[in-house]
Amino acid sequence: MIEPIKFFTGKFNISISDIESLLGAALSKGGEYADLYFEYTTLDSLNLEEQLVKSANRAVRQGVGVRVISGEKTGYAYCDEIDVAAIRKAALTAAHIAESRQVGASVNVSSSRAARDLYPVGRLINDEPLPRKIELLNHIDRSSRAFDRRIREVQASLADEFKVVLIATSEGRLIGDAQPLARMRVMCIADDDGNLQSGVSGGGGRIGMDFFSEQLIDHYANEAARQAIVQLEAQDAPAGSMEVVLGPGWPGILLHEAVGHGLEADFNRKGTSAFSGLIGHKVASELCTVVDEGTMPNRRGSLNVDDEGNPTSQTVLIENGVLRGYLQDKLSSRLTKANLTGNGRRESYRHMPMPRMTNTYLLNGASTPDEIIRSVKRGLFAVQFGGGQVDITNGKFVFSATEAYLIEDGKVTAPVKGATLIGNGPDALTKVTAVANDLALDQGVGTCGKDGQSVPVGVGLPTIKISEMTVGGTK
Amino acid sequence: MITKELLSDTVKQAVRRGATDAEAIGVETTEFHVEVRLGEVEKLQEAASRGIGLRVLYQGRQASSSTSDVSPQAIDELISHAVEMAKLTSVDEAATLPARHELARETADLGLDDQAISELSTERKIEMARSAEAAARGADSRITNSEGAACSTTVGKIILVTSAGFAGEYPATTCALMVAPIAKEGDQMQMAAWGDRQRALASLDSPEALGREAARRALRKLNARKVATQEAPIVFESSAAEELLSDFFGAVDGYSIFRRASFLVGRLGETIAAPELTIIDDGRMCGAVGSRPFDGEGLASRLTVVVEKGILKNYLLNTYTARKLGLRSTANAARALIGAPTVGFSNFFIAPGVYRADEIIASVKNGFYVTEMIGFGFNAVTGDFSRGASGWWIEDGKLAFPVEEVTIAGNFRDMLRGITMIGDDLRFRGRIAAPTIKIDRMMVSGE
Repeated sequence: MIEPIKFFTGKFNISISDIESLLGAALSKGGEYADLYFEYTTLDSLNLEEQLVKSANRAVRQGVGVRVISGEKTGYAYCDEIDVAAIRKAALTAAHIAESRQVGASVNVSSSRAARDLYPVGRLINDEPLPRKIELLNHIDRSSRAFDRRIREVQASLADEFKVVLIATSEGRLIGDAQPLARMRVMCIADDDGNLQSGVSGGGGRIGMDFFSEQLIDHYANEAARQAIVQLEAQDAPAGSMEVVLGPGWPGILLHEAVGHGLEADFNRKGTSAFSGLIGHKVASELCTVVDEGTMPNRRGSLNVDDEGNPTSQTVLIENGVLRGYLQDKLSSRLTKANLTGNGRRESYRHMPMPRMTNTYLLNGASTPDEIIRSVKRGLFAVQFGGGQVDITNGKFVFSATEAYLIEDGKVTAPVKGATLIGNGPDALTKVTAVANDLALDQGVGTCGKDGQSVPVGVGLPTIKISEMTVGGTK
Repeated sequence: MITKELLSDTVKQAVRRGATDAEAIGVETTEFHVEVRLGEVEKLQEAASRGIGLRVLYQGRQASSSTSDVSPQAIDELISHAVEMAKLTSVDEAATLPARHELARETADLGLDDQAISELSTERKIEMARSAEAAARGADSRITNSEGAACSTTVGKIILVTSAGFAGEYPATTCALMVAPIAKEGDQMQMAAWGDRQRALASLDSPEALGREAARRALRKLNARKVATQEAPIVFESSAAEELLSDFFGAVDGYSIFRRASFLVGRLGETIAAPELTIIDDGRMCGAVGSRPFDGEGLASRLTVVVEKGILKNYLLNTYTARKLGLRSTANAARALIGAPTVGFSNFFIAPGVYRADEIIASVKNGFYVTEMIGFGFNAVTGDFSRGASGWWIEDGKLAFPVEEVTIAGNFRDMLRGITMIGDDLRFRGRIAAPTIKIDRMMVSGE
C-alpha cells in the first residue's frame, strides 16, 4: 500500500521543510491558521450499453489547495502543479485574506498516522487489468437480460478511483491517507409492448476487486431488472397526506435530507438552519436515535481522517428524539468552540472544506417490519428512492420514491408509479411512530451535493412508520 | 500554457502510436470567487486551473484520458493510456469523429469575452457582493439574516484540435452575482437565492436590483401554508418554468432517444404540445452564456428549433447520437475533459408569448402560482413528473396567500398539451430561460 508522505515527497521532490516553509508563507500576512491539501487521484470509468463496452476512461487529477483562516474569513487558492514555486504562489494568494502586519510564526510539522485503517484493500480496482473489469460488465448484462425477456436494454458502468492525499496544518499536523472508492451501477429498461419502464441498482464502497463477487453483481443485475419489471404493472401513485412506511437501507435518504443537512455546523453557526438553536430540544419521536459515523469499515462515506486531517468519529445527532449535536469542520468548531467531529470534507484540492455528512443512519427499534406493515390501514410502502433535496432555512425537504406499493388493510398490494414525498425537517421525525429491528445501510452508491461540491456518502435505516406525510402522486 | 500547437502535437502522437483518430481539448481558466456575509468578506478564492482531455478511436473502439498536469511526461502517459485502453473496448460503428466537411470553417466572434471582467479589481468584486447584500438587508426590517452574497468571475479559453483537421480556439468570460437573504417573522425563516450570470459585465443586473429582488422573493415566502389536495391550474413563474424546460431537455437529448428512454421517441413531426409552445436551442446568440463558435466536436454552432407551435421538429444531437438515429448532428456535442462527448443545450429557451405575467395570474380563478420547485421527480422514460413546490395560491385572479410543503404532479404528455398561456417575460440569467407559463391542470398534493 502507498505511504502518502513518501509518495508526495518522492514523486514531486518536496521535502518536509518545504512544507513548513509553505505554511509559513500562508501565514505571512497574519493568518491564524493555514493548511495544505495535496491530492493525486486516478479515476477510471468503464461503460457498457447495447452489449458494447463503448468507452474506457482514465483521468488524473493532481494539485494542492492552500487555505488560510483569519477570524471568520477564509482565503483559498490552489495550483495544478505540485511544485514548491507554484504552491508558494498559491499560499501567498491565500495569505492575503489576513490584513494584519504581524509576521506569522514559523511552523513545524511532525507526521502522524491515522488511528485506524478502515479500508485495507489487497488489490486496487485501479490496478486491475481492463479485460477483467469488462468481463464484470458483460456478466451483468447477461444476468439482467436473463431475468426476464422483457428487459430490452442494460446499461452498466464501473467507476473507481484511488485518491492519495497529504494534509499539513499550521498546528503541526502532517497526515496522509490513501482512499480507494468504487461504484458499480446498473440500469435496465423493460419494454412490454411499448410500455417502457426503468430500474436502477448498484453498489460499492472503499473496497477492492474482491468485493464484487459474482453473487453480488448478479444481485445488482437482478435488482435493476426486477424494479423495471415491477414498474410495468405500476398504477398511478396516490396524492395527499397519508401513513408512509419506509423500507430498510437507501430510504435512509430521509435522514440525510430531513435532518442531516440542517445539522451541519456552518448553517447553525450562521443561524440560517431550521435547526438553529434547537440543541437539547425534542426534534423527533423518542424512538429515533440518529448518528453520523465516518468510521464504518469499507463504507462509501467513511474516511480514516477527514479532508482537514482530523480523525472521523461517531457523532450522535439525535438521541431518543432530542437534538444532541452538529457536524463540525475546523472553521465552525473554532468559531463556536465546539469539539471537532471529523466532518470537514471537500470534493478535491480545488475546493474549500466544509461540514458534510459521512454515513448517516437511524438505530434499530423494537418492532418487526411485518408488525409495521400490518398496523397500516391505508398508506404507502416506499422501498427505493432516487434523489432528494432540502431547503435548509425553512426545513422543507423532498425525496423521490422510485419503487413503492400501496398498503391496504395491513397488506402490501399494488405497485405504484414514482412520486415525490415532501415534509418538514424539524417535525418529520416527530411523526415516526414505529421503528423496526432490520437496520440496513445502503449498498454504497450515494453522492451528496452542497455548494457545488460532490462527496460520497452513505445512509441507513431500519423499516419505519411515519404517521403522516404528503405523497405527491396524481390520484 | 496550453496551445493549439501542444494539442496538435498530442493528436499527432496519438495517431503515430496507432490511433485511427484523435481529438484533444484544452481548457485554461482563471477563477475568482468572493463571498460576503453581513457586510464582511467571508471567503475569497482565486486560482488558475487547466486541463487536457484526449479521446482516441482505434479501429472503431473508443477511449479517453485527461490530466491536470501538462508536463511532457504527463502528456506522454495521457496518450499511452488512451491508446492502450482503446484497443480493449468494443467496436462501435457509430463512434467516429465528425467528417472534415462537417467541421466549422471559421471561428465566429460571438462576443463571448469581456475585457471589463478580466480587468475587474478584487475590491470592485467585493463591493458588488457587498452592495447586493446591503440592498437585500435594507429592503425590509424582516430581512434579519443572510446566507451572504457572492461575486464570481471566470476568464478562460477553450481549444479543440482533431485529427480530421479541426483546430479552433476561443476566449470566454463569465461574471455571476448571487445573493441569499433570510426573512424572519415570528419563528418562521425563509431564504431566497437570486442572481444573474452573464458574459459581459455591462449585461449583469445591478447589485442593488438583485438584492432588492432577492429580498422580495424571501419576504413573499413568509407565513406560507399547505393547501388541500386538489386538481388545479398552475402558473409557473419564469424561474420555475425554466426548471420544467430543463427537465424537458432530458426527453429530447439524443442519448435518451436512441436508447428509447424518452416518452418522445418516434414523435418527430408530430404534435406533442399546445400550439402556443415553441422551444429553441441557439448556440450563436451574441454575448450569451451558452454560446460557443463550435461545439465539443468542432461543428459550427447553429440554431435548432426543437418544438415549433407544438410540433416536435428536432432532437438535440451530437455526432454519435445522430449516427445512431440516422440523422444529422445539431452541433450540441458537449465535451468534458474526460469521456466521450455528451449532448448539451447551448442557449435553450421557450419563445416568449404575448401575455404579461399579471394577465396570466389574473386569468386563474382558483389555482397555484409556483415560484420555486425542489427535488428530482421527473422520469424522461415515462414523462411522469412529481416535484415539491412553493409559491402563492391564486383566488379570483389575485395572489391570495403563500403556499409551501406541497407537491405538483402530472405527466409531461398532458402538461405540454395543457399549456394555455405563455408570458412575454423572457430573460436569460444563464444558459436556459423561460417566460411565465400556465398549464390548465395538474394534481396538487397537500393536506
